[in-house]
Amino acid sequence: MTVEMLSILGATIAVSFGAIMPAFAEGRAIAAAMEAIARQPEAAGTLTRTLFVGLAMIETMAIYCLVIALLLLYANPFIG
Amino acid sequence: MNPSPLAPEILFHLGPVPVSRAVLTTWCLMAVLVVVPWAVFRRPRVVAGPVQGALEVLAETIAAQVREILGRDPWPFMPILATLFLFIVTANLTAALPGATAPTGHVETPAALALVVFFSVHWFGIRDRGLRAYLSRYLEPTPLLLPLNVLGEITRTFSLMIRLFGNMMSHEFVVAILLYLAGFFLPVPFMALGILIGIVQAYIFTVLAAVYIGAGLGAIET
Repeated sequence: MTVEMLSILGATIAVSFGAIMPAFAEGRAIAAAMEAIARQPEAAGTLTRTLFVGLAMIETMAIYCLVIALLLLYANPFIG
Repeated sequence: MNPSPLAPEILFHLGPVPVSRAVLTTWCLMAVLVVVPWAVFRRPRVVAGPVQGALEVLAETIAAQVREILGRDPWPFMPILATLFLFIVTANLTAALPGATAPTGHVETPAALALVVFFSVHWFGIRDRGLRAYLSRYLEPTPLLLPLNVLGEITRTFSLMIRLFGNMMSHEFVVAILLYLAGFFLPVPFMALGILIGIVQAYIFTVLAAVYIGAGLGAIET
């Protein structure tokens, strides 16, 4: 195993696991928002706005993993 | 496509200073953002024309949102918050123009914006509450938490930067990969999604900046 191979493995693992949990979290958030909208359709505007902000926050976690993966692939400090 | 998404693309040198594409785009955006309101509000009318009306509605909407977050008069904070929002929205949407790349998709611009937010939090906090009262915020709830409070101050600035940079850069990346794999028409809906992402990210950046400033003022709890 060279450093390059390990970096590629690390990048794929970071992205895949970093995609799983935010996907679950986004699913739960959207399901809760749907339920709330079904119960109170008049609050749909506020709910949608809050939902979008929340989704972007959750998505940020996946983006962090992507940044780590890109650092490993393009700006790896261990490859000269 | 740029081979590395982390390296800046240098266009030309101004003396010893290299000027990257992001900086040049930023200068164009600054010119647009200064000239358009100046041209519209040089002779403001009581019965607003379409452009003046749109700008007034925009400013009023941002002020109403900031008032909702801070729970006090938003106008002292509008110069920084509304400018941040307008700049980030236009910067994110330049990605939709052919030939232009979003300056927020490179790490320097979000870093500069996050630093602006970092310093303005302290500036507004100290100006509003005085130095002693402001610094005592770091000793709450107990002085034992001082290192954690300082660390949180740094990490939230960092995450503000990475959030904007990562979202814009990864989107650019996804569109480039799709174009490479699937040809011309598949990336189109993703580019439409990019417009939504750009506006939502600008909104989030501004809301978080407002929340941090509000926390510095002691107006709201983080």
